[in-house]
Amino acid sequence: MKAPVSWIKEYVDLPADVTTEALTDRLTMLGLKLEAIETAGAGIEGPLVVGRVLSKEPEPQKNGKTINWCSVDVGDANGTGEPQGIVCGAHNFAPGDKVVVILPGGVLPGNFEISARKTYGHLSAGMICSARELGLGEDHDGIIVLPADAPEPGTDARGVLGFGEEIIEFEINPDRAYALSLRGVAREAALAFFDGHRGAPFRDPAQLDYPQADGAGHPVVLQDADGCPYFVARTVTGFYPSAPTPAFIKERLEAVGVRSISLAVDVTNYVMFELGQPIHAYDRAKLQGPIVVRRAQEGEKLTTLDDVVRELSPEDLLITDDSGPIGLAGVMGGASTEISAATTDIVVEAAHFEPTSVFRTQRRHKLPSEASKRFERGVDPLLPPVAAQRVVELLVEHGGGTADTGVTVAGAPPRPGEITMPVDLPARISGIDIDDATTVADLEAIGCRVTVTGGTLTAQVPTYRPDLTDPYDLVEEVVRIVGYDKVPSILPRRATGRGLTREQRLRRRVGRVLAGAGAIEVVSFPFVSDASFDQLGLPADDPRRNTVGLANPLSAEAPAYTTTVLPGLLEAAGRNLGRGAPGVALFETQIVAMPAGNGPAPIYGVDRRPTGEELDALEHAIPTQWAELGVVLAGEQERGGWWGEARTTGWDDAIAAVRRLADDLAVEVTVESAAVMPWHPGRCARIVSGDLTLGFAGELHPTVCRAFGLPERSAAAVVDLDTLMRIAPDAVPGPEFSTYPVAKEDVALVVDESVTAGAVESALREGAGPLLESVRLFDVYAGAQIGEGRKSLAFALRFRAPDRTLAEGEAGAARDAAVARAAELTGAVQRA
Amino acid sequence: MSGPNTDYDPVEVTPLKAEEVEAARDAALTAIAGAQDLDELKAVRLEHAGDRSPLALANREIGALPPQARKEAGQRIGQARGAVNKALAERQAVLEAEHEARMLVEEAVDVTLPVDRRPGGARHPITTGSELIADIFVGMGWEVAEGPVIEAEWLNFDALNLGPDHPARTMQDTFWTEPAEDHLVLRTHTSPVQARTMLTRTPPIYVVCPGRVFRTDEYDATHSPMFHQVEGLAIDEGITMGHLKGTLDHFASAMFGEGITTRFRPSYFPFTEPSAEVDLVCFVCRGVDSEECRTCRGEGWIEWGGCGIVNPRVLRACGVDSERYSGFAFGMGIDRTLMFRHGLEDLRTLFEGDVRFTTAFGSEL
Repeated sequence: MKAPVSWIKEYVDLPADVTTEALTDRLTMLGLKLEAIETAGAGIEGPLVVGRVLSKEPEPQKNGKTINWCSVDVGDANGTGEPQGIVCGAHNFAPGDKVVVILPGGVLPGNFEISARKTYGHLSAGMICSARELGLGEDHDGIIVLPADAPEPGTDARGVLGFGEEIIEFEINPDRAYALSLRGVAREAALAFFDGHRGAPFRDPAQLDYPQADGAGHPVVLQDADGCPYFVARTVTGFYPSAPTPAFIKERLEAVGVRSISLAVDVTNYVMFELGQPIHAYDRAKLQGPIVVRRAQEGEKLTTLDDVVRELSPEDLLITDDSGPIGLAGVMGGASTEISAATTDIVVEAAHFEPTSVFRTQRRHKLPSEASKRFERGVDPLLPPVAAQRVVELLVEHGGGTADTGVTVAGAPPRPGEITMPVDLPARISGIDIDDATTVADLEAIGCRVTVTGGTLTAQVPTYRPDLTDPYDLVEEVVRIVGYDKVPSILPRRATGRGLTREQRLRRRVGRVLAGAGAIEVVSFPFVSDASFDQLGLPADDPRRNTVGLANPLSAEAPAYTTTVLPGLLEAAGRNLGRGAPGVALFETQIVAMPAGNGPAPIYGVDRRPTGEELDALEHAIPTQWAELGVVLAGEQERGGWWGEARTTGWDDAIAAVRRLADDLAVEVTVESAAVMPWHPGRCARIVSGDLTLGFAGELHPTVCRAFGLPERSAAAVVDLDTLMRIAPDAVPGPEFSTYPVAKEDVALVVDESVTAGAVESALREGAGPLLESVRLFDVYAGAQIGEGRKSLAFALRFRAPDRTLAEGEAGAARDAAVARAAELTGAVQRA
Repeated sequence: MSGPNTDYDPVEVTPLKAEEVEAARDAALTAIAGAQDLDELKAVRLEHAGDRSPLALANREIGALPPQARKEAGQRIGQARGAVNKALAERQAVLEAEHEARMLVEEAVDVTLPVDRRPGGARHPITTGSELIADIFVGMGWEVAEGPVIEAEWLNFDALNLGPDHPARTMQDTFWTEPAEDHLVLRTHTSPVQARTMLTRTPPIYVVCPGRVFRTDEYDATHSPMFHQVEGLAIDEGITMGHLKGTLDHFASAMFGEGITTRFRPSYFPFTEPSAEVDLVCFVCRGVDSEECRTCRGEGWIEWGGCGIVNPRVLRACGVDSERYSGFAFGMGIDRTLMFRHGLEDLRTLFEGDVRFTTAFGSEL
């Protein structure tokens, strides 16, 4: 909302020494937040003067354009008194017109310096200015033609153009709809100087005499009193359609950001900004029969002012006549009854529409307008006769029309509300020491009628404050007038929390372990498409393709919520390598989701807490969501240097990352071969704990590496973090370990190529008995000595007893037992 | 070794002659002093103190002497061998010290060589920033509450006094899941976590809810369809705006430094009434001579978030007795807070996953 300071001051007498900054500071602290202060004409320097066009010679150019070679009288402003020769590309003027000229040496907004320069074969000494060139809006249809009574040529044009005027732009919160008018802004400005007894003197522009209904105006029938309880219609006849809009209306509309169109339209807009009441004007000649306000019927259509044909919903509130719909009530008028350049008789509509109906219609037709913005937030219901009167007065005064004596008033304004609250509520809620008298005075300052009986305050709220409905609304009013800066700073002392939950601590731990292992965390968007899953090579029936779709995605390329952390993570890896990183180790925890498939979530009322069953139903409908951890490793994992070659990613890096995490969380995991996309089918491990699959890890499938721009042999892992955290022990028992000497035994076992090291290792463990402390594979060998299709696995076994030094031969016997078990289970033969 | 030779004149046993013993001792001492390194000393030790050394051999002959001569010869040889062994030990120590000193010189390396064999890891500042905030509140005795990111419409809107026709719903451009009739949204704020907390716990409630939220904002330097918020909720008897101010002042000083406080300006949020915008004293210029300050752009204040007294309508929908309890709530953007705390120019750097960005923050914020 923009408000010229001079317009505000028309309704409120501010202290003489108050600067605009001081005013906006106070208004900001009242809740009208300053967006910007603009000064019209800012950025213009040097000679900007009134000129009179003496001659205008059109000269067609080779490029198809026609320029005008003009001689312009600029008085003595050029120092010579001689006419100034200027080339002008616009055509909307004629010899004799007064225009705005910037002379050489001047500067236009954007630091555009004006000098005499040779162009189109002439020396053009200055420029005839358009509104846009002067920073006065976007109007570039032509140059500014000043009224004939503008000052003489050579006069500084700044005064004529209203330059120097400060315009305040406010951010208006939805609850302060009354501030979408100069009436409301001025009222707040008066309140900004409230001293506990009175504010700055305020003159309400809505204090206007208006004629009473006489039943002789244009007939109006209200068929939907809920949607439109109150409708005033006035008529102006004999209007002169081409009467110009007076300069003050034009300037003020430009200042608030509205283009001047025609006198009739400009006046309705002007009154809307002045009072806050949206107005619609109809060409009476085009109206057929009485105006009827009703809901639309199925199948009805309306062409709105913007020439769009709109299919109407039975929920839309309409203005109609015998021809059918002629307007979307409170949103936009129809084209068929629009004011035109031939309109002489005008019917003025000033009505009150129910906010929700206007909001829904506006939303349904995606048609936010200045009118709907006000109606949906709440307009003073007493305004219609006042605003209609104001429009009629201006049309008569500036358009030469006659006010028809017939005045139609249909319905009645809704009654203002009443709020009851404990008189000390503002003090209790704010924590400020506010006495009852202050509460009463402050509420009266905003226009309430207040009575206090036995600790209970009753406030009749002013009609211009439909936002005030609840006791706490009054609290906010009192506190903002007392001052939000008076709120004390006190720490509550009753919080007795038990710290982070187990899950919250574990989640932190996961990040620390992975970062400690050299991985870097990323945060990606969870949006995916089928193409993302194609990149991952997922089969058509893969459950990970069963996404929660988005009804209104930002982009068709990402229309669903992801089921896996991998797409965003792999993209991030590719991005890093694309930007020149020699290698990356990334991790991310993403909340992933799958549809619950349990139908729509219920919507409950808000007048009570939903029951336990109702809340269960809500949970039941929400998609299944869990935390999935992803790790991706690509390119160099250890750099090359003076110590030797770089080490690039291997399939084992991803498994090692998961193992390290599981070890830290004291979760025992085993690894099994698996073949799941997006992994290499021969280098994919399923990470298992008990009978739970925790995730997968290994080398990525070559096609997946290519799809994400990763080097071959890149590796990745995913872990169902919720499950991992769930099975992690709460308190790890302290380990017991022997301090007696260790006995080491190495064995080399030859097995078939297809036998996994894990199988041999677990067989060794099984056979070795309780003295075994650890088993570690330290070498794998395949070659001619071993024989085709076979491999040798060398294990280091360590034995130790908890309570004694092992006797000679004890370790050897345990080793033999281990080897025997391995032979039994895996066909292992001890290598000679 | 031969047995006692009673007929033998000890003077005739040449190796035991005093002058022979002294000569052997002196030769040994000279050789020890002349040994230039540990290897030479090892050879000297073998020659002059080994089993075949003159003194060792002479020692063997003592047994052959008549008893009366043994003592004298034994003493003589013993003293000589003692002197030799002492000299050896001393020389050994000197040469070892010399050797080590030389090795330390020879083994010097260029310590400026790169040692970045294994690049370090890092956690994302959104993670560590959320933790920092959570820790500040946990320190005040609050708890951290969480909830799902795909949320029921009723919890995201209706329960928070954002009815279906509330104009504020258009302020928050919402991602709806398909089909929209399922009444599910990607939560537009972390407020549904507050609603969930009130629905499942009994006051007093002091919770902070950091989390991820979504809005249909086009992605640019200051907007993102996904961002992060932290909200706080306190429900207790006698809660006032003063407690809200005290909590936020405490939060601000813990996050930005001693003396950094907040300012309230009237505002509007459906879930709070009265509502306020929270501004933070600029932690760079502290509001003093702020004209040049890049962080607050000359304002002296930084817009931080919104807050207010929980609207009794919200308490009612969430089953809290609004006659007995009052509450306050606040919320601010974590991403935005990080942007001005760390001078980030472009929000998108948070979500690109460039390791150069994340690495700069290390493992804690």
